[in-house]
Amino acid sequence: MEKFTPLTGISAPMPLVNIDTDMIIPKQFLKTIQRSGLGKNLFDEMRYTQDGREIPEFVLNQPAYRNAQILIAGDNFGCGSSREHAPWALADFGIKVIISTSFADIFYGNCFKNGMLPIVLPQDQVDILMEDARKGENARIAIDLESQTVTSADGQVFTFEIDAFKKHCLLNGLDDIALTLEKVSAIDSFETMAAQARPWV
Amino acid sequence: MPKTLYDKIWDAHVVHEDDNGTCLLYIDRHLVHEVTSPQAFEGLRMTGRRVRAPEKTIAVPDHNVPTTPDRAQGIENEESRIQVEALDQNAREFGVNYYPVSDIRQGIVHIVGPEQGWTLPGMTVVCGDSHTATHGAFGALAHGIGTSEVEHVLATQTLIQKKSKNMKVEITGSLRPGVTAKDITLSVIGATGTAGGTGYVIEYCGQAIEELSMEGRMTVCNMAIEGGARAGLIAPDEKTFQYVQGRPHAPKGAQWDAALAWWKTLKSDPDAVWDKVVTLRGEDIAPVVTWGTSPEDVLPITATVPDPESFTGGKVEAARRALDYMGLTPGQKLTDIEIDTVFIGSCTNGRIEDLRAAAAVLKGKKIAVKRAMVVPGSGLVRAQAEEEGLAQIFIDAGFEWRLAGCSMCLAMNPDQLSPGERCAATSNRNFEGRQGRGGRTHLMSPAMAAAAALTGRLTDIREVMAEPA
Repeated sequence: MEKFTPLTGISAPMPLVNIDTDMIIPKQFLKTIQRSGLGKNLFDEMRYTQDGREIPEFVLNQPAYRNAQILIAGDNFGCGSSREHAPWALADFGIKVIISTSFADIFYGNCFKNGMLPIVLPQDQVDILMEDARKGENARIAIDLESQTVTSADGQVFTFEIDAFKKHCLLNGLDDIALTLEKVSAIDSFETMAAQARPWV
Repeated sequence: MPKTLYDKIWDAHVVHEDDNGTCLLYIDRHLVHEVTSPQAFEGLRMTGRRVRAPEKTIAVPDHNVPTTPDRAQGIENEESRIQVEALDQNAREFGVNYYPVSDIRQGIVHIVGPEQGWTLPGMTVVCGDSHTATHGAFGALAHGIGTSEVEHVLATQTLIQKKSKNMKVEITGSLRPGVTAKDITLSVIGATGTAGGTGYVIEYCGQAIEELSMEGRMTVCNMAIEGGARAGLIAPDEKTFQYVQGRPHAPKGAQWDAALAWWKTLKSDPDAVWDKVVTLRGEDIAPVVTWGTSPEDVLPITATVPDPESFTGGKVEAARRALDYMGLTPGQKLTDIEIDTVFIGSCTNGRIEDLRAAAAVLKGKKIAVKRAMVVPGSGLVRAQAEEEGLAQIFIDAGFEWRLAGCSMCLAMNPDQLSPGERCAATSNRNFEGRQGRGGRTHLMSPAMAAAAALTGRLTDIREVMAEPA
């Protein structure tokens, strides 16, 4: 996994609440057996007409936001299905950070497995960043994971909370499975113990 | 220290705990389907890793499979076919338990797991599917994971987890006639919102929950994720043990006795501490339907379509968008909404009891909608429904009698709505485009969906029940 480095970029405003994973990547694109190439179908049904033409009003179709790396989103972003295709599609489009007042649990966890940073901030701070986002290219937002800060276009600094282990993995681009396999003897001992205590499992 | 049921199952599965509270949790059962697993198996292949516990891994294709009688001839859609073939091959190559499309035990993974006795009380159960919460009905800690975590579990039989908070949802008293498990679970989401459970594991309890069958309890837990919770749980009791006993993978003999002794301890201590408590009176729960594009957009069938201005914050715009998408007007009576299609099935309501409830409403009557289909949750549910004469009731009423799969719940197979087509569905999500681009979904119980099929509009099941047979 790529290391997460400090980022200053364009943010796209998506104030709608409860943006679900069916919106982020509709099911017809889940038939792939690859992880890559989903960016063109990100938000497919909001972004294209049925015959595949771009809907100009949709935020990511607007010239200012085609290179957005940050999404500022409404409450409960990523609710619904566990499909990791949702963060895959966002990452493939170029989104590295999503900021909202809250995220659905599975989506939130899936982001970290793909080098993406979901940031939870209070409503008033999200509102300020949403205003920045509406200004397009003229208002860039800066993200620093090391110091856990988001800096608005006019220099206001907001700090965010993040689990220490998730932060460590993201900063260092670590592979979870390799980390866990370092503890394989603990897994072996657990299995021996469990086979005694709960042999029916 | 007093513990909740969640605390007890969690504690019994911690392999390792870091200083910051990050735990390695052992996984007893890993369920796998074709959509969220190919990249995980590919990851194992690329790193030369094996499946650590193939005997605890159970795979079944369900999302992509056609449900029409001709499916033995193969899957027409190439991408779907490749995905199902990839699961066939991965299951063989890595030696996991497998129910192929041709097996009568094939079905929706969350129906097959309990049916085959893979799901047992006190277990940890995961699957690359958010509706894994279903298995919580057995007092198992069960939740959905992403594909990276599927690979992690395949390789290590563990998950890296932080503990969630404890939430108690109590449904006191008894349900009134015509009110079902689906109405409970939708009403809870209506009360808490779709993010109300975020960060929590819910334990459902109270008299109304105890009075539910295992099928009903699975319906309740299935939609815990729709309320944002990591998982939903119900403490196991005599009904649970009876359901489990004798199933192919349930313990037998002395192991059964040992298991039962432990299972009986799996309940929250009376003085357990809850981070959040929600209480609903069973008597107050009405038959409900959804009107919008989020499961929290739910109201009693006797209500009217709400005015978006009656909401606050971001929900005002969301409700406006939902009404536009759904083609509804504020103030319109829900029972005046005409429907085109009825879908009975899914991991929420595709079990035998659901089919019985729908058939009881339909018996001897004809549908008044353009199309209606029943998709049993597994081949075994289908066979049992045929044996009980339910299939004939559906067919006589004008329903299509399909083979098992996820079908129109998420419309990855050919079972889809057309733009503007309005569906009364027993599934779990009414999101935009969920059942097909532009399709309009109203969620409800199987009996309510059957009633809607008879009248061609959203219908109060209690009115149908009051009619002379």
